[in-house]
Amino acid sequence: MNDERHTIVRVINVKKDFPLGRQTVRVLKGVDLEIMAGEYISIMGPSGSGKSTLFNMIGGLDKPTDGKVFIDEVDISQLDAYELAWLRNRKIGYIFQTFNLIPVMTALENVTLPMTFAGMHGDDAQDKGIELLKLVGLGERFQHKPLELSGGQQQRVAIARSLANDPAIILADEPTGNLDLSTGAEIIELLKMLSAERGVTVISATHDYKMLNVSDRVVWIRDGMIDRIENRDELDISVGGITEVEGAPA
Amino acid sequence: MSKKVFDASGGSGQGIQRAISLPWGKSVEISFRSLRVRLFRSMITVSSLVLAVSFLSFVLVNLDVAAGILKAGGKAAGKILLAAGYDVDLETGRVAMSAKERWIVILSLLVCTVGIVNAQLMSVTERFSEIGVMKCLGALDSMVLRLFLLEAAMQGLLGAGGGAALGCIFSLLAGLIRFGGKAFNALPWLDALGSVGLATLAGLTLSLLGVLYPAILAMRMRPINALRAEH
Repeated sequence: MNDERHTIVRVINVKKDFPLGRQTVRVLKGVDLEIMAGEYISIMGPSGSGKSTLFNMIGGLDKPTDGKVFIDEVDISQLDAYELAWLRNRKIGYIFQTFNLIPVMTALENVTLPMTFAGMHGDDAQDKGIELLKLVGLGERFQHKPLELSGGQQQRVAIARSLANDPAIILADEPTGNLDLSTGAEIIELLKMLSAERGVTVISATHDYKMLNVSDRVVWIRDGMIDRIENRDELDISVGGITEVEGAPA
Repeated sequence: MSKKVFDASGGSGQGIQRAISLPWGKSVEISFRSLRVRLFRSMITVSSLVLAVSFLSFVLVNLDVAAGILKAGGKAAGKILLAAGYDVDLETGRVAMSAKERWIVILSLLVCTVGIVNAQLMSVTERFSEIGVMKCLGALDSMVLRLFLLEAAMQGLLGAGGGAALGCIFSLLAGLIRFGGKAFNALPWLDALGSVGLATLAGLTLSLLGVLYPAILAMRMRPINALRAEH
């Protein structure tokens, strides 16, 4: 997959204003970013930095006030509701901090739901769902409801669900935020494995420093702008003194 | 043009169609399960419908019973009915709802509708993140709307059907106690059945009407709120 690296996400001079009472607050002040297919990117930054906003733009969940976001060279602000739904269904897999599985459904049904939306037949979807759950290490527990699973297991189901329609991009919003250290590390490991083996682009917004070790690049956001972008080789030097990095959580 | 671009690299899997879809069978299954999980709440919604519709059905079937007796018994029966408090027009031989009765029926249906709107609004608010996730997974607005309408239709059928049957039974019992066997012998069964059907239909309509606003609210919700709800 490395021979034809193409840009999967292109963010061009994106600005975003939010109304706050009578004022408007400019949360993003012109962000340019290019993400290549198959990359593992972490977006880091303190809360309130515009990290989540940028993340939502990339995911097609929010539209920029100014500027453009291209996913696979398609300007997503040009898409209608139907095309956006299609984009979310096939191109992007979402992973949330709070797992957000549908509590009414079993693990397997949660995983097969996006496939149902995609028009896949029931039996095919079941097979693929079980295969995906095995991939994330939950082969035997597919008949359990989310509430019968631990946090880490729920997040694994969510990861399996995000892979349902073989998306090009996985968007992970603080995927380890609600997990303890070791479970979080396992989830990061799993994401890294998926990115390496399946060539999925993983983009995660996080303030978990464990993410740094596996990221190909880290985008640091401060005050609505990109502070700096570091490649992994540059990062390794600073891993030892990670607490000295600017913007460390208080 | 954008469709073309996506088509080129998407749809690699087998048996995947271009369209975003949710088959009816699956929709019914999801709605049914959502109801079952919140059984207690949905039963409260249903019970308000049962009460209102059974009252409507009770009143309607009562009229049928009275009309039957009037037809069979002539003027003498008319006097008995008048004494029993029915609004009888002796000239035309018709029995009508009294104005007061009509108002009470309308009021009870109104109160019931407001109750349904309230309960469904709660159910939508409770499921905001669930709806948002569904949309993140590619659900269309129309699918969300459909799920809520289906839920309401199931609640409506159950509540209105049960209520109408209940009201009919009570009305027949009341007729039996008041007028004896005459109530049964003279009853125009077809009309009574029509009344039960009408009451059921009215209940179903109310249930769907009550869910309309909450469902549209759910439909219009932007998926970003799923992420934001927790932060």
